Amino acid sequence: MNLLILGANSDIAMAAAHEFAAHEGATILLASRDVERLERKAKDLEIRHQIQARVLPFDAVDYASHAAFYEALDPKPDGVILAFGYLGDQASAQRDWGEARRIIESNYTGAVSILEIIAADFEQKGRGFIIGISSVAGVRGRQSNYIYGSAKAGLKEYLSGLRQRLFKCGVHVMTVLPGFTRTAMTEGMDLPARLTAEPEDVGRDIYRAWRKRRRVIYSRWFWRCIMHIIRHVPEFVFVRTKL
Amino acid sequence: MTKISGWGRYPVVNAATFSFETPGQLSEHLARPGAMIPFGMGRSYGDSALCEQIVCTRRARSIESFDPETGVVVCDAGVSLAELIDVFLPRGWFLSITPGTKYITVGGAIASDVHGKNHHSAGCFSACVDWFELMLPDGSVTRCSAKKNAELFRATCGGMGLTGVIVRAQVRLQPVPSAMIDQTIVKARNLEEAFELFEQYSSWTYSVAWIDCLAQGNHLGRSLLMVGEHAGNQPLRLLPNRKLNVPVDFPAFTLNSLSVSLFNSLYYAKTFGRMTQNQTAIDPFFYPLDAIHNWNRIYGKPGFTQYQFVLPRAASYDGLKQILTRIAASGQGSFLAVLKLFGAENDNYLSFPMEGYTLALDFKITPQLFPLLDTLDEMVHEIGGRVYLTKDARLRPDTFRQGYPGLEDFMKVRRQYGLPEKMQSLQSRRLNLQ
Repeated sequence: MNLLILGANSDIAMAAAHEFAAHEGATILLASRDVERLERKAKDLEIRHQIQARVLPFDAVDYASHAAFYEALDPKPDGVILAFGYLGDQASAQRDWGEARRIIESNYTGAVSILEIIAADFEQKGRGFIIGISSVAGVRGRQSNYIYGSAKAGLKEYLSGLRQRLFKCGVHVMTVLPGFTRTAMTEGMDLPARLTAEPEDVGRDIYRAWRKRRRVIYSRWFWRCIMHIIRHVPEFVFVRTKL
Repeated sequence: MTKISGWGRYPVVNAATFSFETPGQLSEHLARPGAMIPFGMGRSYGDSALCEQIVCTRRARSIESFDPETGVVVCDAGVSLAELIDVFLPRGWFLSITPGTKYITVGGAIASDVHGKNHHSAGCFSACVDWFELMLPDGSVTRCSAKKNAELFRATCGGMGLTGVIVRAQVRLQPVPSAMIDQTIVKARNLEEAFELFEQYSSWTYSVAWIDCLAQGNHLGRSLLMVGEHAGNQPLRLLPNRKLNVPVDFPAFTLNSLSVSLFNSLYYAKTFGRMTQNQTAIDPFFYPLDAIHNWNRIYGKPGFTQYQFVLPRAASYDGLKQILTRIAASGQGSFLAVLKLFGAENDNYLSFPMEGYTLALDFKITPQLFPLLDTLDEMVHEIGGRVYLTKDARLRPDTFRQGYPGLEDFMKVRRQYGLPEKMQSLQSRRLNLQ
């Protein structure tokens, strides 16, 4: 299996890559802007799992480059994990359109651009899988991070439509909604210990759910219950909460 | 700010934590104002990895190279021993030296210069470290080995993270024929028999004894000696065991002298004959407690401490007898007490082991505990022994100083490399370790 990881410096994506390398013996293509950091991770994957791993430069918001990036892949991947994203800073995004735009483009626009190219290929071949990492923040917009949340919601809904489109031709599209996870992205944030997962937990959840061909998963599982409640709080109550 | 503690869950501090993946990020953290200390997986028991600023080393954990001919691994210091076992045991390689938990980092193993059941034949962890790279407060990276920058090497091995942050290391694994251990368990009815058995079985690669610290009188020092060798003709790959978990804190009264003494008696009685031989997997042999996630919660909210000391060999028998009598009289129970005969001392300035017998026991934190431990400290130092810093949360500076003659050299290296200001832990301050 050839597995392409877009945004491979994400801790969650890397944890998932280790699962696919360990259990599927997958050849891993790691793609990200920061190629230097990836080289060490590729070597690490190779030693740990005795598989092949390669590194490719990829910029999620350089839309013009996406077609050529995918064109150059040989062989084409059997599956893709899309993990790039940018949390940004809500407060500065409220003041600064540049920051807001960066959040929207890194989490949503970039994903649409590259996934349409990949989906066309998978659709034509009639096989392949796409795993997209969204977030529980995309389930209901909250004042603390709604710009990031809305971009992740966009990705979630995009994957929903893509899943429906590709279902007919046997291509599996899975949406992953991680909750609090101890990653580089959340470094320095004071997360509630009991609700916070390690990237390895999420990576394992992703791999297991992929094996079962699940469509939408929360990770850890209890976020399904938490978000079910949050989603159903009536607006007149919701606007008064501090969530 | 995060609430953070060592494995004993005492003391707890509020700390700012920083992680790094690249040396560049680490040097930025080190450039911040104020003192800090590296923190790996939090398995040191006391306050040796605690400070108001903590550098977490677990994010950088790439394995860089492995030579299948020699078993030499180069990796980031944040790689855990468990990861090395998972990756390399199926290929026939195991740690040359391993402590009683595999959930520690390579960097932590060096900083505590950990020892294992084969200390009498293989020495401390530093004996399997070819070199490591250490980042100093100014952001420079220095490669240290027994030959190159030897003083910094000797200060860092066992140096409790006080000499900078270890970033990479080259360690040597040992080839093993299988993932199984041939184990022999022998009963010792008292301390005298236990000592005789250690001598008698000294040619075995691995040896350790579980000792019942609550037994008194004729039974004082009754124990089970466990010795082992790597087994041949067995598979290298085993099915993983399901792990147990302790999901919540036990009430603080769960472990009292009655329940512990009952446990110890049952454990002792479990082995019927005087000698049992069997085969066991590497995990239960080396890491019996790792099978229970969060086992430190059984001591409840107040936390616990582990007290480990070593006595010079010649004075060990009489010394241990006195100390065990004192502990048994106190009735302050230990769930698990471990006795082992160490081999020769190495020349790292603060490494704990010296030739002689070491005893490690757990104590629940209670108001009566610290006076008892102060008394034990005095007895230990009178006999010429020392207390292990990796497990310590309460030792006093004067008793510490007597136990570690290498301290002056250690502090000299600290000064020479500009470390006293930047690298500090609650422990280093308590012990007045400049």
